[in-house]
Amino acid sequence: MSEEWLVKGAAIVGGEPRDIRLKDGIISEIGTGLAAAGATVLDAAGLIALPGLVDLHTHLREPGREDAETVETGTRAAALGGFTAVHAMANTEPVADTAGVVEQVWRLGDQAGYVDVRPVGAVTVGLGGKQLAELGAMADSAARVRVFSDDGFCVADPLLMRRALEYVKAFDGVIAQHAQEPRLTEGAQLNEGEVASRLGLAGWPAAAEEAIIARDCLLAAHVDAALHVCHVSTAGSVEIIRWAKSKGWRVTAEVTPHHLLLTDDLAGDYDTRFKVNPPLRTRGDVEALRHALRDGTIDCVATDHAPHPVEAKETEWAAAANGMTGLETALRVVHKAMVDTGLLDWAGVATRMSIRPAAIGRVSGHGNPLREGAPANLTLYDAAAGETPVDPAAHASKSRNSPFAGLPLPGRVHSTFLRGTATVLDGKVTR
Amino acid sequence: MNRHLISAADLDRDDAIGILDTAEELARAEGRPIRKLPTLRGLTVVNLFYEDSTRTRTSFEAAAKRLSADVINFSAKGSSVAKGESLKDTALTLEAMGADAVVIRHPASGAPRRLTDWVSGRVINAGDGTHEHPTQALLDAFTMRQRLAGGPDRHGRGLDGVRVTIVGDVLHSRVARSNVLLLATLGAQVTLVAPPTLMPYAVDTWPCRAGYDIDAELRKSDVVMMLRVQQERMSAAYFPTVREYRRRYGLDSSRMALLPEHAIVMHPGPMNRGVEIAAEVADSDRSTIVAQVANGVTVRMAVLYLMLGGAAEGSA
Repeated sequence: MSEEWLVKGAAIVGGEPRDIRLKDGIISEIGTGLAAAGATVLDAAGLIALPGLVDLHTHLREPGREDAETVETGTRAAALGGFTAVHAMANTEPVADTAGVVEQVWRLGDQAGYVDVRPVGAVTVGLGGKQLAELGAMADSAARVRVFSDDGFCVADPLLMRRALEYVKAFDGVIAQHAQEPRLTEGAQLNEGEVASRLGLAGWPAAAEEAIIARDCLLAAHVDAALHVCHVSTAGSVEIIRWAKSKGWRVTAEVTPHHLLLTDDLAGDYDTRFKVNPPLRTRGDVEALRHALRDGTIDCVATDHAPHPVEAKETEWAAAANGMTGLETALRVVHKAMVDTGLLDWAGVATRMSIRPAAIGRVSGHGNPLREGAPANLTLYDAAAGETPVDPAAHASKSRNSPFAGLPLPGRVHSTFLRGTATVLDGKVTR
Repeated sequence: MNRHLISAADLDRDDAIGILDTAEELARAEGRPIRKLPTLRGLTVVNLFYEDSTRTRTSFEAAAKRLSADVINFSAKGSSVAKGESLKDTALTLEAMGADAVVIRHPASGAPRRLTDWVSGRVINAGDGTHEHPTQALLDAFTMRQRLAGGPDRHGRGLDGVRVTIVGDVLHSRVARSNVLLLATLGAQVTLVAPPTLMPYAVDTWPCRAGYDIDAELRKSDVVMMLRVQQERMSAAYFPTVREYRRRYGLDSSRMALLPEHAIVMHPGPMNRGVEIAAEVADSDRSTIVAQVANGVTVRMAVLYLMLGGAAEGSA
């Protein structure tokens, strides 16, 4: 049954208030003083309307680690965070390296119905870095995979990386690289710097990320293929990507909300909530990432939502799992790090959290500016809601490993619509 | 003093001097016929050792027993730890046993700090990964004060102006980290000497100097402390061969001759004789290596006494 909504007085990407009619899955009308005409009216005065957010980097954990997250709980968390599409990373158990697994994940997403789930296919069999997975079979499957990544592991073999970049050109695919030189990061625990040195934790040098990004940019240029750089974390990486883009090479990049806000000194008490890969870096890196996101060197924000059960984090630092949840806090973190600092306006946020990630992921039906005739995927955000501390216990994600717990963040996701159907209303899922 | 002893940075100058002075008094008590003091009677000290370290464990055990505490040795071998029990569950078990203090040795940096979140007793770091080993630094400082600031007037004094050179695998050394922090607190001037590959990143932010030339530093040292270098570092390309390491950074008789006459030679043990330290140096009069072991017990007694003594009085 198709819902019909009249969203009254929303500021489209922060502009003048407009009424938006959602009918038959599309934005049928935008204007002022529109009549309800049978539609359910939502008073959106004071709210900002954004195109539905698209995440290029989500770990939904199903199949295999349903104790951490399921497609159902993860996509509910996504909708509550204002997302209408997410890319489910391939490091499940079994690994999403066959048409069968990616179709399973895609169907689970379809059944859950909160957001569109776009499975990411593994580049290599079992994320082993030795042999290409059947990339074409995944591309041709019902899941229509276009983004391929061994995320969690780097495709370190330069020849294999070159071949992967070339091979996916046949179906307009993109290789999303987790840039981490493995030999330079053996046993690495925390950004190699003053904090890791003092804590006696093995360092994760910035050069280990930058060396791979530089190599991959050269390879992508050589074979004229599309490279996407996952979770850029250092100022040096920004410089390399800026250089590659200046050459006109097909390189795109993402940054996570946590790398836009948090720094390695938070690990001072060995609090494992702050253990993540790539690691939290320095204040200088955070500043460079923010400015790169502003000037477009970094195309988009991607959450790297990485849920873990409590026991995976309640350990000594070296034994703890890498990763942080992020779907339900991403927009609020970007609000604090980019909008409150004056670096981005809301149109800029829409570009970096919806339009660009949808384009990079080749996601049709998402990432369209809010215009008449566009698919009715949109998010209503209350930017005026004062700062409130993050409470992971209230999150829909199955896991609680938020690095922002207790941190006051501004704003609140009010409502989310997927093809004209409300998935979230007034901060609550509709079912 | 802080509730726990995790890092040498937990001690301010008064704390550190207080421990050294208390250790002096306890050492005098050692000379009397009754070696056991009743101070910690009724309190339980758990030695939680995830790494084999007979020397540190027995040192803490002797210290606790001489203060009349009940001691439980909980080692990774032959316990549920070997079956994969988490540190947290082990902590809850110790909590149920009523541990008043947990002395922990663990291969992971930060494990003692994590433990403080899960137990109500005091936590004493007996060496965690490549982080710190604060009681080793205290016994080293005690030994330095004993040897260099002789006489009864050393009570209440720090190590102001004492020049200490620490040589070797600083990168992986918890002893070096704790010594740098504690010695700086006590007013000593610390210099680290290591091959650049074994010097910690951002060492310029530490309260010490750093250099690569051992001979230049030895000439102006009151104390030289040699760190153990593990042969497996060779395979990770930290240095080419043990032979070359010994030639460039080892302390042999001819290098020892560069030291001022009053200077002492220290080593936290266990030694690799013939690698970082030549046998004739280790066995020379300048060597304090045996004294360090003996001082370890008294300094750990002082730490337990100061951290738990109040608890014993309160419970009486």
